[in-house]
Amino acid sequence: MSKFIVRRLWQSVLVVLGVTIVVFVFTRLLPGGPARAILGPRATPAAIAAFDHANGYDRPLVAQYVVWLGHLATGNLGYSYKLNQSVAALIADRLPKTVLLVGIANLIALVVAVPLGLAQAVRRNRLTDYAVTGVAFVFYSMPLFWLSILLVIVFSIDLGALPPQAPQGDFLDVLTHPSGLVLPVLTLTLVTVALFTRYTRSSAIEALTQDYVRTARAKGASTNLVVVHHVLRNSLLPIITMIGLTIPVVVSGALVVESVFNFPGMGLLFWSAAQTQDYPILLGTTVVVGVATALGSLLADLLYAVVDPRIRSAR
Amino acid sequence: MTLTEAEMPPRPGLPAAPAQEGRAAASPIRAALKVFVQNRLAVLGLVLVVLIVLFCFVGPLVYHTDQVHTNLDQVTLPPGAGHPVGTDSVGYDELGRLMAGGQTSLEVGLAAALIATLFGSVYGAIAGYVGGVVDGLMMRVTDILLSIPTLFFLLLMATIFRPSKPVLIIVIAVVSWLIPARLIRGETLTLKIREYVQAARGMGAGGPYNLFQHVLPNAIGTIAVNVTFQIADAILAVAAMSYLGLGVPPPAADWGGMLSDGVNYSYSGYWWLIYPPGLAIVLTVVAFNFIGDAVRDSFESRLRTVRG
Repeated sequence: MSKFIVRRLWQSVLVVLGVTIVVFVFTRLLPGGPARAILGPRATPAAIAAFDHANGYDRPLVAQYVVWLGHLATGNLGYSYKLNQSVAALIADRLPKTVLLVGIANLIALVVAVPLGLAQAVRRNRLTDYAVTGVAFVFYSMPLFWLSILLVIVFSIDLGALPPQAPQGDFLDVLTHPSGLVLPVLTLTLVTVALFTRYTRSSAIEALTQDYVRTARAKGASTNLVVVHHVLRNSLLPIITMIGLTIPVVVSGALVVESVFNFPGMGLLFWSAAQTQDYPILLGTTVVVGVATALGSLLADLLYAVVDPRIRSAR
Repeated sequence: MTLTEAEMPPRPGLPAAPAQEGRAAASPIRAALKVFVQNRLAVLGLVLVVLIVLFCFVGPLVYHTDQVHTNLDQVTLPPGAGHPVGTDSVGYDELGRLMAGGQTSLEVGLAAALIATLFGSVYGAIAGYVGGVVDGLMMRVTDILLSIPTLFFLLLMATIFRPSKPVLIIVIAVVSWLIPARLIRGETLTLKIREYVQAARGMGAGGPYNLFQHVLPNAIGTIAVNVTFQIADAILAVAAMSYLGLGVPPPAADWGGMLSDGVNYSYSGYWWLIYPPGLAIVLTVVAFNFIGDAVRDSFESRLRTVRG
């Protein structure tokens, strides 16, 4: 067990370091470099040279990377000249909101998708199964921004029931105006449910073919007992992995949803930074999101090992 | 959940009855084809794809419209005589635009998926076949890139390269090859210990020969399934890119760009700008997903008949 954890932790350290390298290389590839982006297209070569020197951009790339990494380790994510704020402060303001959005959507999606997927597996190739599969495919195949707008058309424009824009204030403001959260959460939930039912269905179908199911049924266990006790418990294992694997997908989805509903989270921060070529923010958000994703999948793997003794002994 | 006894699947766990033993085993591809054709959703998906391709590529030969010059006298006309699906916000005929936009979406989706799957498969096969430290390193690279959510990755790249059709293809391929690489690596790990691969190795076959002669051809099922799903995902990625302002520049069009232009008018009631391009994307993506599901089923049952 401990050997597995050490090995997995070591891998995560490598992955997190790798993410920082990729992001660092990316921002150095941006056209014109940071000086051009901050000083504007009309800056003189002398001004650019002075800026580069003052910020250490004229030093070797490796040296710049090490300095940047040192700053990261102390929580210094850089400074956005365009927003005149430190990136760490911006992220501290935005991150909790995205975690809230993604968290609620994931939670509701799980509660809805697991029973649905189980029902599909039990009634495989029957009307229920086909209907859920069809609906799931349609939601999965919709461009997320289109789905958002359709929900806005129905609930905000036609019915006038819900606001088409998320609350703009701080975290407390978002919490105290839940009506503005409904549509963004709903959009993200619908797509996540579509994704989760597919996984749950196939993992439950596999569990249904196992010997212990046959044994339980041979011993006279009722269908409900078999499904809840044996199939659900055993198909929950792959679901843990599924949540870990889908974190990047859901975070990508959050980016689109945030930009449609003007939800002031990490995704919107990143998107506006991409449009204004605000490097420090691009760097900072990508590192935070990448590290969070890597840690998420680490957590999922560790949880899996805790729950499933076969994983521990296999490695 | 209340389920009666009769609603449980019949005897789970028993292997499926070997269908058409002798003949099917003689021609596994034909058996796979047969299962594919028997799957109604797959046929529906295939018919849809053919119709959509005909609409986008043959349609403009029959239905001529000007998709280069804007016509500001004729903006946002509702569907009617001369413009069966109306006109958009700069006066392009919406039906003709759907054809032109579909060409971009399909071409980019198809090309990106093919490049990504090809590269990913070879990468994964090499990692799995060589094993050891090389495998560990190669897989850490995919772990790292998978940790950065796709859209963040796409946006980063799009800020470096100005969007155009080839750039979109490359950019989407760069974020899409990771999943096939992982899948094919897993497949290679089981294939490389098979007797025929071991035998070839024993007779002195080199790594590259074994990879391309034995491992990759036997992973063709996984590869084929992956290509279809990748096409679906790539078409969605093109749409998302366009919405985020990184699609092909005008006068070129793509469904995502048309859609994101249309949704600006959701308060104006210009439904012909919002529903047709959205439906086009959904139909295409659903169709490819149906095909992918069926290809997976048919290759799995091929394995069943061959082994059973």
